[in-house]
Amino acid sequence: MLKGIKVRAAIAIVVCLAGLFFLTPSLTADLPDVWKKYLPADKIRLGLDLQGGTHLVLEVDTEKAVESTIERMSNEIKETLMTNKVRFLYVEGTKKTGTISFELPDSASKMAFEKVLKDNYPDLETVSSEIRGGKEVVVLKIKNKRAEEIKKMVVEQSLETIRNRIDQFGITEPEIIPEHNDRIVIQLPGIKDTERAKNLIGKTALLEFKLVNEEHSVENALKGIVPEGSSIVYESRLDRQTGRRITTPLLLKNKTLLTGGYLESAQVKIGDRFAEPYVAIKFNAQGAKEFDRITGENVKKRLAIVLDGTVHSAPVIQERISGGDAQITGSFTLDEAKDLAIVLRAGALPAPVNILEERTVGPSLGQDSIDKGLWSAILGGILVAVFMVVYYKLSGIVADIALFMNIAIILGALAAFKATLTLPGIAGIVLIIGMSVDANVLIFERVREELRAGKTPRAAIETGYSKAFMTIFDTNVNALIASLFLFGFGTGPVKGFAVTLSIGIIASLFTAVFVTRIVFDYFIWYRKITSVSV
Amino acid sequence: MELVKPGININFVGRLKYAVIFSVVLTVICLISIAWKGLNYGIDFAGGTLVQIKFHKGASADDIRKILVQIGIDDSVIQPLGTDEVIIRTAKSSSEIKGLSNKIEDSLNAAYGKDAFQVQRIEVVGPKVGKDLTQKAIMAIIFSWIGMLIYIAIRFEFRHAVGGIVGVIHDVIIVVGIFSIFSIEFTLTIVAALLTIIGYSIHDTIVVFDRVRENVRKNLKKDLPSIMNESINQTLSRTILTSFTVVIVVAVLYVFGGAVIHDFAFALLVGVIFGTYSSVFIAAPVVLAWEGYQSSTLKKKK
Repeated sequence: MLKGIKVRAAIAIVVCLAGLFFLTPSLTADLPDVWKKYLPADKIRLGLDLQGGTHLVLEVDTEKAVESTIERMSNEIKETLMTNKVRFLYVEGTKKTGTISFELPDSASKMAFEKVLKDNYPDLETVSSEIRGGKEVVVLKIKNKRAEEIKKMVVEQSLETIRNRIDQFGITEPEIIPEHNDRIVIQLPGIKDTERAKNLIGKTALLEFKLVNEEHSVENALKGIVPEGSSIVYESRLDRQTGRRITTPLLLKNKTLLTGGYLESAQVKIGDRFAEPYVAIKFNAQGAKEFDRITGENVKKRLAIVLDGTVHSAPVIQERISGGDAQITGSFTLDEAKDLAIVLRAGALPAPVNILEERTVGPSLGQDSIDKGLWSAILGGILVAVFMVVYYKLSGIVADIALFMNIAIILGALAAFKATLTLPGIAGIVLIIGMSVDANVLIFERVREELRAGKTPRAAIETGYSKAFMTIFDTNVNALIASLFLFGFGTGPVKGFAVTLSIGIIASLFTAVFVTRIVFDYFIWYRKITSVSV
Repeated sequence: MELVKPGININFVGRLKYAVIFSVVLTVICLISIAWKGLNYGIDFAGGTLVQIKFHKGASADDIRKILVQIGIDDSVIQPLGTDEVIIRTAKSSSEIKGLSNKIEDSLNAAYGKDAFQVQRIEVVGPKVGKDLTQKAIMAIIFSWIGMLIYIAIRFEFRHAVGGIVGVIHDVIIVVGIFSIFSIEFTLTIVAALLTIIGYSIHDTIVVFDRVRENVRKNLKKDLPSIMNESINQTLSRTILTSFTVVIVVAVLYVFGGAVIHDFAFALLVGVIFGTYSSVFIAAPVVLAWEGYQSSTLKKKK
């Protein structure tokens, strides 16, 4: 048994030192360099509620992505049918049900139609096929399996694009995690301008080049006579004199000539005339060739640059532009131009995103929470420690040592496991301070009982520990069950609470039972004490 | 030092029926309040927008409300926090990138100027997330009950498990009921507090049951009610001490922890007090009643 005590003491010391080892970097920043070399570099990570920052939950509108795929496909089918000389009447592509309907004059063209489908569009399936008023009506939709694939791909692409944008924006240690099927959780520590960050992340950034329909007047279109293949899009411009935003309606042809997908780079430049920032874009080889052709074919016509459904500018093409360089002007501030360049470089989001949840904490509130949390923990700790000594005398001091070790182990474990300390997490530590002495209370009360029953100190401590242990074990397992469910349920701060609580429960089992026993055994076996101060 | 004299023998079991009456009345009041008045759900569950703002110059709640009405927020609740801070709450939220919180900020900017205030905290929860969270919270609580039921049933007996769980359900109803009666905001962290209370209350109950188990083994002839009473008395000292230390730290949190966890600490405070009470006065009678029911059916069979 004597040997046993040394081994046990060694284990206790090693665990405690390990806790301090991981904890030291968090306690102080100015350590000697020699130390820094051997100590871990990681501090305890503070949650966004403590260090300030923004937590966003985005939802990728995957349905939209499927819808636009259907829309694109129906356009393609129309073209293929025309080249194959199949007679048909396009009925409609309903976005709501995600189906496309075609009307065919006779069974011969229906057979031709089906052959075209089978050869070119394996992802489509027939929902219904019937004869209505002597005409064949076929309704098509995307196969479920394919639709799921599209959705999955869209989320993956969105994740990648957002990660790219945030990286280029330069936020330290962002966290971008997919959640459920179509959600993306983003954590941006220490960010100050949330609105700008949200704009940067959430902008679809679909850049399109479209021709202005100059054969028809906008006025007529506004009255409701919109020519087929065109639609009204608004141009938004900042008036330099009044500082107000003015919107002008333009009639644009629907056909997209070129998209931002062909960009090679986008950079902020400052204009010569008004020292106004603009974004210089450069197309890649394929894009440059297309741009060269488009500008060559449409000299003296107006080409609109549309970003997310808003026209930024619609200059007249003066001459054919070779080389693939273009500018996007539109009275930006410098920050706006910078962010636009970033989103253009990172690429467009394949589907729109919605913000489901936002939690932002300013840095001063975070600091305030840290101060108040620490102060509560210290005060609570001192009160409990004093109480234990008053109530249990020397044994109380042993329990206090265990309590102190417990806190060191919890904090060390948080640093080592790279867990996050949140404000509820600090509350969890305060709670653990109150609860972890419970194990010692159980043991000491039992020891007192045994002593009263006339047992020797040695026997009293032995039975006290062994009898109390089962109870302590059962209660701790139950507390763990509760905190595991808490962990599964929680988001951010609540998860932090569950983590500290779980670590604290396990650590208190170790310190309050294992460590205190060593001290008692030492005094009984080595010092041969004849009474216990409890 | 001893708070509870050794050899204390209070007749708990004899007075259990008063406790049961008290608890039943209290539980019914709480349930009625929950059903009738409902809970003051925070934006975590109800969805909505919360903006906490620190003003460098004074700004009255009425003025802020008027400004918000102009941008279409007509249901705002403006709660002062200390001398220079306010919390603005509205049930509205927006999934757009330039959300409602930005619009609130912009309109205050226009009214007071950019340097007059500082945004301390923004929380926006869409209705979809709120629904998800409500479901998750209920699931977490119910599953933790089931988990404990199973564990105690394995370690002890099924009747103990039932007694413990009834005690915990009692505690949860009372804490939620008090939040309903006093219209205290019910948020995500309160659910965390509830789960902690569940853990704590069961913890207390197990200590008593553990003693019962030990005493039953010691003298098999004694009847359960007197063993129960003996065990409650034997563990009374520890029950009071532990609750006392936990109440100390939770009270410190309540007073000094700051606005963000004020309600959380309050829930814990109420929960710890009732958790301690229920482990003596609710869990025990349920086990005894179960025992009585079983023995009476046994007699009938004979």
